[in-house]
Amino acid sequence: MADWVEACAVGDVEEEDVIRFDHGGRTFAIYRSPDDEFFATDGYCTHEKTHLADGLVMDEIIECPKHNGRFNYKTGQAKGAPVCVNLATYPVKVEAGKVMIQI
Amino acid sequence: MTTMARKRDYSLVGESTRRAIETGLASAEWYHTDVPRKAMKELMQRSDGPAIRDTIIWIAAILGSAAGIVWFWGTWWVVPFLLVYGVLYGSSSDARWHECGHGTAFRTRWMNDVVYHIASFMLMRNPVQWRWSHARHHTDTIIVGRDAEIAVMRPPDLLKAALAFTGILDFRYSLPTLVRQAFGRLSDDEKSYIPEMEFNKAVVAARWHVAIYVATIALAIVLRSWIPLVLIGLPRLYGTWHMVTTGLLQHIGLADNVVDHRLNTRTVYMNPVSRFIYWNMNYHVEHHMFPMVPYHALPRLHELIKHDLPEPNPSMWHAYREVWPVLLRQLKYEDFYLKRELPPTARPYRGEFHELDMSAAAE
Repeated sequence: MADWVEACAVGDVEEEDVIRFDHGGRTFAIYRSPDDEFFATDGYCTHEKTHLADGLVMDEIIECPKHNGRFNYKTGQAKGAPVCVNLATYPVKVEAGKVMIQI
Repeated sequence: MTTMARKRDYSLVGESTRRAIETGLASAEWYHTDVPRKAMKELMQRSDGPAIRDTIIWIAAILGSAAGIVWFWGTWWVVPFLLVYGVLYGSSSDARWHECGHGTAFRTRWMNDVVYHIASFMLMRNPVQWRWSHARHHTDTIIVGRDAEIAVMRPPDLLKAALAFTGILDFRYSLPTLVRQAFGRLSDDEKSYIPEMEFNKAVVAARWHVAIYVATIALAIVLRSWIPLVLIGLPRLYGTWHMVTTGLLQHIGLADNVVDHRLNTRTVYMNPVSRFIYWNMNYHVEHHMFPMVPYHALPRLHELIKHDLPEPNPSMWHAYREVWPVLLRQLKYEDFYLKRELPPTARPYRGEFHELDMSAAAE
């Protein structure tokens, strides 16, 4: 059974941005979209072990800082070379000003 | 610190490859200058405006100089037009290929892709293969046995380096490579960095390129004129010198097998014309450290982090004068290299990160 875990406060992530969240020996990326929704994915790029939280959020795209590989962070879909493998995504909810992810 | 006791093996599937993986040099964590997230976010922002402006100028200059070649063909007046067209086709295309390959030139993805494919064709580069080779170059910059884009290997072959300015060697390599790939054959080195699911795309891209060259040759025969070939294909020979002049300076003579771009990459101040042709890639340390930053923001990034970087070379001439004696020394002692000195404001190199023999460095 997956657990809901508090990842951060709502105010920790700026609009159209991403932060890193480490939990249980794993790393995740928490996104805040331009329309003020929150999303979560695995923290590392599927191409190489690079933290996506250092990358750039543009609309619904996260771009990896190392090789500019792009994913749709809402669906995890890889958008073309050099990323070929989709990103795992996780359910997110906001409760009392806290961003919770189910992992 | 250890030194490379054996000769370097630049194959991507050989002994150096095995050692790079074993020692953790492959896919390592690289040094980055600290930049506040807010500032980096601003620098990374994409915009179509600067690249659209520059691309309009670029295309207009290409078409204008091509028209001049056709108009003045058979007279001496054609020479300046050949010079301009050649550099635009054979050199500036490299910077467009590079920036659009990173996807940073334009904000709009399809614009990056269109210019990337046009520039790849001009350079006789398979767009699929080279996208992957460049990804590897950023993962393992100047790591022997891993980096597919090391321009001058050690010990340096100076004749080969000199011939590079004429484009002859690149032409001799690129065209047969495209033909081989068009027949469905990828080399072991290519297969080491292109994922299997992309093999077919690479073959199809090579076939398109070869088909256009065949059509150009056919047109030249039908017209009984050299002009089609002078405009398509041959600029790779007569216009490549600027790309080589600027591009060689990126890493030549500096350290290899280190995981700090300040040690293996060079920033050189250049004149505005060269910077337009090269799309600001003279800020090369900055580009490697932060490949997400578009070419038009690199001067701002440079100002922000220069306190942590080696002093840039003030000119291309200065950089070549500095590197020439290093190359001569490397002919006899290939471990020799130029160590970039850091300013007092910089964070020091982390020795434990680097498989370097500092005694081999020229300071």
